Amino acid sequence: MVQKLETFHETPSQTAGPYVHIGCTPNFIGVEGIYSADLGAADPFPDAGDTITLVGRVIDGTGTPLRDCMVEFWQADGGGRYRPGQGFARRPADAETGEWRLVTVKPGRVPFSDKVMQAPHIAVWIAARGINLGLHTRIYFEDEDNDGDPLLGRIELRHRVPTLVARRDGGVYRHDIVLKGEGETVFLDI
Amino acid sequence: MPDETGTRITRGYTGYPETHAAMGSLYQRDFGQHPLPYSPGYKTTVARSPSLPLLSMPSTITEETGPVFGHEMLADLDNDLTCNFTGRPAIGERIIVHGRVTDQERRPQRGVLIEVWQANAGGRYRHRKDGYLAPLDPDFGGCGRCITDDEGRYEFHTIKPGAYPWPNGTNDWRPAHIHFSIFGTGFGQRLITQMYFEGDPLIPRCPIIATIPDPKVAERLVAPLDMAMAMPMDSLAYRFDIVLRGRRQTTFENRMEGL
Ligand SMILES: [Fe+2]
Repeated sequence: MVQKLETFHETPSQTAGPYVHIGCTPNFIGVEGIYSADLGAADPFPDAGDTITLVGRVIDGTGTPLRDCMVEFWQADGGGRYRPGQGFARRPADAETGEWRLVTVKPGRVPFSDKVMQAPHIAVWIAARGINLGLHTRIYFEDEDNDGDPLLGRIELRHRVPTLVARRDGGVYRHDIVLKGEGETVFLDI
Repeated sequence: MPDETGTRITRGYTGYPETHAAMGSLYQRDFGQHPLPYSPGYKTTVARSPSLPLLSMPSTITEETGPVFGHEMLADLDNDLTCNFTGRPAIGERIIVHGRVTDQERRPQRGVLIEVWQANAGGRYRHRKDGYLAPLDPDFGGCGRCITDDEGRYEFHTIKPGAYPWPNGTNDWRPAHIHFSIFGTGFGQRLITQMYFEGDPLIPRCPIIATIPDPKVAERLVAPLDMAMAMPMDSLAYRFDIVLRGRRQTTFENRMEGL
């Protein structure tokens, strides 16, 4: 006989459903007067001078943009430091186009180990109707040196690496996330 | 935020903010404890579930840290859905929903932001896309939030939501439920789920609950009636405890070269 391993199981996930806005961004859909502002609606670093704009959509396996999803972002500041009171944002997809837009600072490099740094990236988490367990992914930047990034280096099918890299498009960075099928984004068990 | 035992963790690297300096890496997620992403019985999952495997990797500083929310962001009625919309009482069966948030080692998770949303007593959501014929309650908004205390406890006052039909099969109905969104201390612990009510005959008939293959696992989403917490002549109570991904607690946590 051995001792019983007393580790508990994580609470099972369930889909956020079609009405995630009521709980997470009520003002966005006109449920007003309960919260003065929607959580994460402000820019992640409101006082930053030097900002970038990220624009994207979440696209399903039929090529259709999700218009009912919620996307969350978590990132370090420009100096590569995670700051508890800053760095988080939440964006509901536009009800017509499915587009989301984030004005933020470009994150700095953050440590992986004492010798290895991670390339600049923003963590992304997606919840929506039809997504039973929120999806983790990342956004890197095409104009940064991404060689040697430990996460990108783990992607075995190298042609999938660009699915995590935002590309410059005029004055903004563009980054569509594909849930399924051709060009499927790399999602993370991390 | 120091961990329960007060242990300082010597990380192989620096750069953690003060609030996260003593926190270890996250336990790998056990996908056997979760619904299957591709679940044809819930039709919307078919086009919205990745077909390729997830990239597995130990958590990094990015997932081990996360936003911190303070009690100062809360208004007095944020956790009282019975009257936080107009100030007048919503129609329905008054209930208290409460519980504890811990991690997989049963360590209380303090400072956790919980957001909830739900249909009204008739099963109707305050949302332009909900066309169910049950009426809106002018005094029910449908959302609330709170932050766990030092023991990881939370409490909401609300009305019991009604069951409602939804377009999936021709006659699918959701059991009464409350949606929960939970922020742990690390972004990798982020979780959205739903709480169900003990004794609801729609639970075994629900295609969304059935996305969890093991009914024993799904049972952990069913809150029991808790008469000890019920308030006489006021509200019944249901208890819903939540477990977030655990963290390694070790004095040595160094990443090997090449990992
Ligand atoms: Fe619902």
